[in-house]
Amino acid sequence: MKPALSVIFFTVLSGAGFGLWAWLGGALALGVYPPGRGNVLAPLAIGFVFATTGLLSSTLHLGRPSRAWRAFSQWNSSWLSREGLASVATYLPMCAVAGLARGSNLFVPTRIAGAILLICALLTLVCTARIYTSLKPIAAWRDARVLPLYLLFGAWSGGLWLWAYLAFDPGILAMPFALALLAIASIVSGLKLSYWKNIDGLRAPDAGYATGLGHLGNVRALEGPSTEESYLTREMAFVLARKHAHKLRGIALILFFVLPALLLIAALMWPAAQRPCAGIAAVSCTAGLSVERWLFFAQAKHAVAGYFR
Amino acid sequence: MTALPSPSKKKLGLVIDLDTCVGCHACAVACKEWNDGGQFGPLPDSEPYGAEPHGVWFNRVHTYEITGDGRRETGDVAEPSENTLSSSISRASSPVQTVHFPRSCLHCETPDCVTVCPTGASYKRAEDGIVLVDEDKCIGCQLCAWACPYGAREISLERPHKQPDGRPDKRGTMQKCTLCVDRIYNETLDESDRQPACVMACPTRARYFGDLGDPDSAISQLVSQRGGYALMPEFGYKPVNKYLPPRPRRDGSSMPASSTQEETLDPAQLPPLLRWLDRVLTR
Repeated sequence: MKPALSVIFFTVLSGAGFGLWAWLGGALALGVYPPGRGNVLAPLAIGFVFATTGLLSSTLHLGRPSRAWRAFSQWNSSWLSREGLASVATYLPMCAVAGLARGSNLFVPTRIAGAILLICALLTLVCTARIYTSLKPIAAWRDARVLPLYLLFGAWSGGLWLWAYLAFDPGILAMPFALALLAIASIVSGLKLSYWKNIDGLRAPDAGYATGLGHLGNVRALEGPSTEESYLTREMAFVLARKHAHKLRGIALILFFVLPALLLIAALMWPAAQRPCAGIAAVSCTAGLSVERWLFFAQAKHAVAGYFR
Repeated sequence: MTALPSPSKKKLGLVIDLDTCVGCHACAVACKEWNDGGQFGPLPDSEPYGAEPHGVWFNRVHTYEITGDGRRETGDVAEPSENTLSSSISRASSPVQTVHFPRSCLHCETPDCVTVCPTGASYKRAEDGIVLVDEDKCIGCQLCAWACPYGAREISLERPHKQPDGRPDKRGTMQKCTLCVDRIYNETLDESDRQPACVMACPTRARYFGDLGDPDSAISQLVSQRGGYALMPEFGYKPVNKYLPPRPRRDGSSMPASSTQEETLDPAQLPPLLRWLDRVLTR
């Protein structure tokens, strides 16, 4: 599949934004979030910038962005429609949290709004993943790991951005939060490695399979339907830079896992170095996920490509 | 609505005979011509006469070369019917074969291109099963094209050269085969012309149009006689259109003997004049 920058930005940025909101909502609901109005409003705003930029970026992928509002109508069958509704619905508890946050942050309505924010944010991440996992012709996206990967990547990158804010108030990085982040990072990286290993073994559809003529012999495309590229060959039979895939996987893994995880451990050992560590870790993870998302598209093979082999 | 309608009794579709198709692209050209001017047009191309022409075609013709023995000994389920074969023709050593393969929307019974649509623009007609795109609702998210393994859908990113009568700008919406719904029910056309443009244009009659939901219809009969098959049934979309497999080619053993082989001639079998000639010439 052709990796469209608009969709890469959408999934990476809105993933981080909704992941951050999920952490914040969850911590407020549990009553473990640090006190102070600013401590709630600032991360909410960071999440708002990420989520909103991501969602706006996704409309750039549309042929008719001005009609994007129509996408809210088919929630009973379409995951894209559900994603649109869930993402917009998340702004309601977000506004509620912003309005209610004050003092100790133990106010019961704040905690309830936090819980709703957590649920809505997680639902949005699930819907985002289901847009891709629901597409049958793309075997790599049908993998059972895709859905948990989207959720955990959102939690990991969003958590790092929350930490990047909290680090400005030194000593606030709570041990359970740091350990939870490290656990998520290890699980998500293991899952991603196993996903990469699995999709390498997927057999690409060939012309014999696509035409249903494979039983007659070895079927090879002799002449394409057009002398020039078409929408199908540009969009679905995208092969550019697959040859660099293994190097890019290494780069992605270092940026989204190795470096942020090491910085997190370093910050736990030397609390004085927390601020630079947190900032670099969050930026590095987001950059790494952009590479990872590029590969998610570039390495996914669409069944229609079989007609062109 | 993007929910699929309950299965219709009438399932209009095409049957394409891969044995007869000569790959002339007449169907593709006739389709482009009709639909550029029809109800669903225009279908503009960018740089149609330039270095890199690009544009939407509802119908595209591939050509494949088939070599080798394939898997035919293993008793595949998709084995074409062999009732037209004599025993001397087997596919065991079939020579290289060329197959022309027109590809367009199969108007599936349970397609995901309809259900993934977030706006309700992509829909399947309840009355005859034709899958269409509502031009005015499509936002161009391309999810339906991603959901189709048959490559039936192409987005039009081209702007029409001119929009004389205030037609909407087609740019940015998904396009696909309409089964010429603006021909087949068009009462201003002669009744014999109420068929898809591709079927009308085919010079070898490799394309048939009809109701595949009716087991007694002429094209349903054709499908069962010729072992017509659906493409990639594993996706579970239940394509309505069917393809008739190419008839097996004669195998090598029935070809004229090669020059390296010793030819035997029994003069006793020849008529008297030729027997005399044979005797004179062998002297």
